[in-house]
Amino acid sequence: MSVLVFADSTDGKFKKTSFEAVSYGKKVAEQLASNLVVLTINASDASELYKYGAEKVVAVSNDALLTFNAKEYAAVIVQVAQKENATVVVVDSSINSLYVSPLVAVSLDAGYASNTVSAPSSINPFTVKRKAFSNKAFSNTVISSEYKVIGLAKNSFGIHENPVSGVLESFDVQVAASGVKSEKVERVSGKVTIADADTVVSAGRGMKGPENWGMIEELADVLGAATACSKPVSDLGWRPHGEHVGQTGKPVASNLYIAIGISGAIQHLAGINASKVKVVINTDPEAPFFKAADYGVVGDAFEVIPSLIEKLKAFKEA
Amino acid sequence: MKILVCISHVPDTTSKINFTDNDAEFDKNGVQFVINPYDEFCLTRAMWFKEKQGATVTVVNVGGAETEPTLRKALAIGADDAIRINVAATDGFLVAKELAAVVKAGSYDLVLAGKESADYNGQMVPGMLASLVDYNFVNGCVDLEVEDTNVSAKREIDGGNETVSTSLPLVIGGQKGIVEEKDLRIPNMRGIMMARKKPMQVLEGSGAAAATNSISFEKLAPKGAVKLVAADNLDALIDLLHNEAKVI
Repeated sequence: MSVLVFADSTDGKFKKTSFEAVSYGKKVAEQLASNLVVLTINASDASELYKYGAEKVVAVSNDALLTFNAKEYAAVIVQVAQKENATVVVVDSSINSLYVSPLVAVSLDAGYASNTVSAPSSINPFTVKRKAFSNKAFSNTVISSEYKVIGLAKNSFGIHENPVSGVLESFDVQVAASGVKSEKVERVSGKVTIADADTVVSAGRGMKGPENWGMIEELADVLGAATACSKPVSDLGWRPHGEHVGQTGKPVASNLYIAIGISGAIQHLAGINASKVKVVINTDPEAPFFKAADYGVVGDAFEVIPSLIEKLKAFKEA
Repeated sequence: MKILVCISHVPDTTSKINFTDNDAEFDKNGVQFVINPYDEFCLTRAMWFKEKQGATVTVVNVGGAETEPTLRKALAIGADDAIRINVAATDGFLVAKELAAVVKAGSYDLVLAGKESADYNGQMVPGMLASLVDYNFVNGCVDLEVEDTNVSAKREIDGGNETVSTSLPLVIGGQKGIVEEKDLRIPNMRGIMMARKKPMQVLEGSGAAAATNSISFEKLAPKGAVKLVAADNLDALIDLLHNEAKVI
């Protein structure tokens, strides 16, 4: 019996959520008194995972898997799960992982608990806590099937170092043809993505127009942050849809979320309240966001932001 | 083209979330239920195919009789007929299995479902359904074109988009972008009148077992009061973020 973690990578490099998933898998393996096995696909340095408790890494290298394909990746995960006799499979909540895990669950006939935020509170029955109602509550969910798939929510369990002297095993897989072919990938390079960012700087209609986003981008640059926006801003076409965060946009679970000129509608807050620390900057002291935030500045963004940028630059240089 | 749109019946996005029965059940008291917003984008795209390419559109929901007004709303928006599978939607796998039976029986060419529902946000049903019926599957879809059986779709990836080519039969996990917010339709009076006469078939479930079960709910921990910093004292904010919150 074992616990299998799929450690997702992009261009051979692991993301922080992969380390978090491995840390989580280690914990579950301990609870079940079983072994942890970590699967990597075309990762450049799989031994990085030993630091987080990966006793055994099964490394798959295959040119046919250089571009992500959900069906192909699912088949690989299932082959390794079966080979390693894994009863629990853990994946992170990246867009690709969310695409692949339902397929893995069906192949293994496994109950699937997505959006899981904590280690099992009980292993019999196997009970995990999950986000529900668009981040407005949690559900304690029992997985009753023999095989289990857990989707770990970002920035929920945390990254825990647990160094082991791991072993690396390479594994050849059969890649079945998929009926979905990648034609083109368009990605803004050199920019922090909302999914990966530790800090997200987000702005709303209070910015008055797209021409005023320069200072938002500059603030994000200083903080090494991703930029985001509220729904009205993307609906107005001031910013691309990919930046819309909130209930029907992208979810944010960053360490720091800075909301500028965003009033804090319930749908917006639902999408971002998994962030650890929230800062609001708004002219209106009655804006609902002040009730959801940890720190607040009542003030005009057009004065506060340039000043904050200068002070942060000085702070970074000090 | 035969299209099936999967409709979840979910609390309106502005609903206050409360629980009853020792936090074992969601408190529906005073809660307005709506078509899941992600499904609404899919339904609107389906209407486009119906009008421009001559498709038929069936809507389906897994749930009790209380979900029928939500299906009627989908009919009022323009779907041709509705199916309700009379099973409580307690687990994504169970829902996917029930939908799979309908998809197989109806030989649908294109199945559209929101990539997640606004209540449990499981993000599991479309992928599980595609696997169970062995259809092609594109998740997080933000653009969809169909010509004969050839499909070009765009899906959201971290930091951008990927364009894929695939073919029918196909399951789509859709989201905003597959149509724009401004293209969403509000049912008009004629649509509402016509919806009353459209067929609504009620099927008993296939008896599929749930693999997960929500045993209790918890609300978020109450939040402390916001710490306000004066706009002319931003050094204090930087100090709090650095020394207290330890995030910069």
